Amino acid sequence: MSGARVRQNIAFGLMGLVTMLVVLPIILTLWYVVANGIGAISLDFILQPPRNGMREGGIFPAIVGTFILIVGTMILSLPIGVLSAIYLVEYAKDNLFTRLIKLAVVNLSGIPSIVYGLFGLTVFVVLLRLGTSILAGCMTLAIMSLPVIITATKEALESVPASYREISLSLGATKWQTVRHCVLPYAIPGILTGTVLSLSRAAGETAPILFTVAAFYLPRLPRSLFDQVMALPYHLYVISTQVPNMPLSLSFATAFVLISLVFLMNLVSIILRAHYRRKRQW
Amino acid sequence: MVAAIETTVLNCWFGSLQVLKDVDILVERNEIFGIIGPANSGKTTFLRAINRLNALVPSYRQTGLIQLAGRDIEEIEDTVLRRRVGIIFALPQVLPISIFDNVAYGPRMHGIANRSTLEQIVEQSLRRAHLWDEVKDRLHSPALRLSGGQQQRLCIARTLAVEPEVILYDEPCSGLDPISTAKVEETMQQLKERYTQVLVTNNTKQAARVCDRCAFFLMGQVIEVAQTSVLFTNPADQRTNDYITGRFG
Repeated sequence: MSGARVRQNIAFGLMGLVTMLVVLPIILTLWYVVANGIGAISLDFILQPPRNGMREGGIFPAIVGTFILIVGTMILSLPIGVLSAIYLVEYAKDNLFTRLIKLAVVNLSGIPSIVYGLFGLTVFVVLLRLGTSILAGCMTLAIMSLPVIITATKEALESVPASYREISLSLGATKWQTVRHCVLPYAIPGILTGTVLSLSRAAGETAPILFTVAAFYLPRLPRSLFDQVMALPYHLYVISTQVPNMPLSLSFATAFVLISLVFLMNLVSIILRAHYRRKRQW
Repeated sequence: MVAAIETTVLNCWFGSLQVLKDVDILVERNEIFGIIGPANSGKTTFLRAINRLNALVPSYRQTGLIQLAGRDIEEIEDTVLRRRVGIIFALPQVLPISIFDNVAYGPRMHGIANRSTLEQIVEQSLRRAHLWDEVKDRLHSPALRLSGGQQQRLCIARTLAVEPEVILYDEPCSGLDPISTAKVEETMQQLKERYTQVLVTNNTKQAARVCDRCAFFLMGQVIEVAQTSVLFTNPADQRTNDYITGRFG
């Protein structure tokens, strides 16, 4: 074997090893959670409220709470994020001001989630007098999700070939018609990926909901947008650290449900993506 | 008779770079007007000035007058102007949708939703672009599956579907084989009765075959405009002669 061939094999071997190192912890974590939690999963665990100081019963209110928070966050952040990304990419003039905004958006996604939590507490809960409520929680999570949605949408729009826009404009279409019919359809898979990614993160976050919406123990379901709710990540934190003599299997089962919920969201986005890819004809 | 296109002292810049200098060009109705010249001589910029596609580039500036059928194009709205002046790009630019949807795109954007009207427009446009017989049985299959030559004629059909007066061609055959090129050229000849056409080409032989009159551009200036037969046999300027005999460019 020549020297170049040997070096190539070493390089490929190294890259394979590194890839394994990335994948292995994920697999181990998943396996650990499933192996320890699956025993406690039952229909009652999914559909019953917690009992006996949360040491028994199920996690139904927390599942419903997280579901409400995800849907509410999506309703708030998706239109705002996508529309502002469209504005930034397609309409805004490329000057110092827009460049500053783009830079700020990218940097906002790096802010620790607890900062968003405190922001939500001061602005939504206290200043706007929303109290600790679903509305305040969703708004906080939406603010946290926006940078990722905007960045993903921006990149998806920018990856649509400039020639598509030129074709459309050269046929006498207006700018908005061009965006609507010749750019957006091809950006949707990318937008979906970014949205689901940021909503998955929002679903699993504890810090932003800690002061804005999450209830320590609230077995009944919320009655309005101004109610508090239980949420899976906060419930998991509570039963893992705040409740003595907590059966460990319940914590793992809760984690398992949370992971499954996020996985389900990703599955939906994969199906939607495949659907939109099919519409694009090669 | 009013000229189809007339530019008067047209100057164009991208940033501080002047791309066109004092260009005076007059294109008659229903003629095929050729523009030849080496790379970077401003041919494409001239074309894209006519339907204002240059204006999409933020650093673009322009002075002088461009008239379309006797009217200053600055008085014409973008959407109307681009509908009246269609363009065919260098590489076939089809959208990743069906053949039918490609041709129907323009009419749909102009508010035509009626299915049978659209079908009529699509068939007529494809016929005029000499593509109908090749695609009539697979109108709803992806346009990207067509060959390069077919794709370019599809682009012509798509432009015809919005009923322009003028069609601009920006090196339309640069990526095509000789047979496809011949078909596109034949299509252009057939379109002469109805449309004014401006052809930018790097292929001097193509200009000689297709065009009624030709302009020779060099470094952003018009060196010479003449009947094609005159330009290619007896050019008035030494530089034109050098270019068409292949001494540079």
